[in-house]
Amino acid sequence: MDEARISRHGSRARLWLAGGWLLIALLAAIFAPLVAPQDPLAQDLMLERLPPFWLGGAEPGYWLGTDSLGRDLLSRLIFGARIAFIVAFAAAFAACLVGSTLGLIAGYFGGWADRIISRIVDVWMAFPPVLFAILLVAVLGTGLSSVIIAIAVIDWTRFCRVIRAETMGQSRMDYVENARIAGYGRIGIMLREVLPNVVPSIVALLSLEMGIAVIVEAILSFVNLSISTDDPTWGGIIAEGRLSIHQAWWVLVFPLVTLILTVLSFSQFGEGLRARFDPVLR
Amino acid sequence: MNAPAKPCLDIRNLSAVLPNGLRVLRSVSLAVEPGEVRALVGESGAGKTMIGKAVLGVLPPSVRIVEGNMLLEGEDLGRLAPKARRTLIGARTALIPQDPLTALNPSRRIGPQMTDRLVRILGWSGEKADARIRQLLDEVQIRDPERVLKCYPHELSGGMRQRVLIAAAFAAEPRLIVADEPTTALDVTVQKQILRLIAQLQREHGTAILFVTHDLGVVAKISQKVSVLYAGKVVEEADTAALFAAPQHPYTLALMAATPRYTDPFASLKPVDDKVLAGLAAEIAAADQAWRRPHG
Repeated sequence: MDEARISRHGSRARLWLAGGWLLIALLAAIFAPLVAPQDPLAQDLMLERLPPFWLGGAEPGYWLGTDSLGRDLLSRLIFGARIAFIVAFAAAFAACLVGSTLGLIAGYFGGWADRIISRIVDVWMAFPPVLFAILLVAVLGTGLSSVIIAIAVIDWTRFCRVIRAETMGQSRMDYVENARIAGYGRIGIMLREVLPNVVPSIVALLSLEMGIAVIVEAILSFVNLSISTDDPTWGGIIAEGRLSIHQAWWVLVFPLVTLILTVLSFSQFGEGLRARFDPVLR
Repeated sequence: MNAPAKPCLDIRNLSAVLPNGLRVLRSVSLAVEPGEVRALVGESGAGKTMIGKAVLGVLPPSVRIVEGNMLLEGEDLGRLAPKARRTLIGARTALIPQDPLTALNPSRRIGPQMTDRLVRILGWSGEKADARIRQLLDEVQIRDPERVLKCYPHELSGGMRQRVLIAAAFAAEPRLIVADEPTTALDVTVQKQILRLIAQLQREHGTAILFVTHDLGVVAKISQKVSVLYAGKVVEEADTAALFAAPQHPYTLALMAATPRYTDPFASLKPVDDKVLAGLAAEIAAADQAWRRPHG
């Protein structure tokens, strides 16, 4: 009882902290032109490698300092958040839609449907994901939609596997059998009886997947395969920061911290939501 | 009794096999007359539940019916197209399941879960279904239906859930209810109430029940007829009173001896003895041989 209460407190704090950070980042991304203190693309060689505000030599208005071309780091992070969130939402939803649908079908119908879908998943997962992504983007050409497609194409298997297993477990429950006796159709049972019981898992996975999508996007832009190099992306900033680590550590550290916080928040938010959504855990 | 009435459920010579060829049901025949409670007793694995599932059309995919007929109010289930069969079973039968914990959908509230079937399958209006459910909840002595209807299943106790399931089973006025060990998952004090409740509703609604159980005490309390099952074969069939007065088959006798008694709780239970088991094994083997001959 006590333990349950503690874990419930824990999950609530987790939900609020993670949700809070995500909300701030999301709002910043949406209203980027309004909140960014500087133009993220404006170069000024007079202002190169300014340190963050608490160090000597900082300029007002450049809170987190500037990079080696004199561009404002905070503004670049804020604009980078736009791309990170677009990729996170679009890729995760696409992967979720494909993966959950196939997982539900495989888990509920079993038999041949399951065998075929499971073999495809097995083969799919044999590819190393990041190399697969790089290959896909190389084939599709760089650009926002290619990145989104690449992530969805790679990561649908994550949804498929988990949702298949969950669906199998639920399908064995007596309430499914009861629904069949009552005369409901198979597809009706799958959608009306089973699906609501796997939604908590889908939600948790979706949030986790958003975090993963953010990382993959950062990796792709780190190796310069994401979108055009003009737009600031977190991965791109990290790549630039790596080159000037000895002169301006902040260009590497701030985007890394932002990335880590965001990815962590996505996964924690998902767990918190799951606890909220699940009528039995609630 | 009255001669022309056709049985509510008539199972004739039903055999089912597993993929490895093992017969799990061995030429089972039994009938449930309208308004009658027929108990199906036997130990674990005797195929009691399998018969219930066969009637309700939810056998596991690995079990195949190879012979026999099941007639639900004279309609041969095996001859119907799958869709017509589902409709017939859905309209005329219901299940009171063994485990009230998993038999309710955990993510839906009790109310919609109960009315849904009446509205969607039987085409009732929402108000009619709602009124019906409330009436049934009253019949199963749930005192605060408002609260219960709004609950999720996990918010109710096991006994309450089983009451809800009983109400749901009777709600659509089925002709036949399969009760699959409905009291086994409950604790002893609740068992008695639930059993009394099922008996009472059965009488009031005149529903036939195929009552699957391993508990001879329950059989004596609730049923008019009994079929004793061993290894998927009906070894004895009789009126309940006659069976308890004078069991014919040695296995039935042994089962009775193995029932714990409140009058002498410290007496050690007698397991079914080896001679009886050997006799049963011979009986099963003979039956299988006789069955195999015409079936190759």
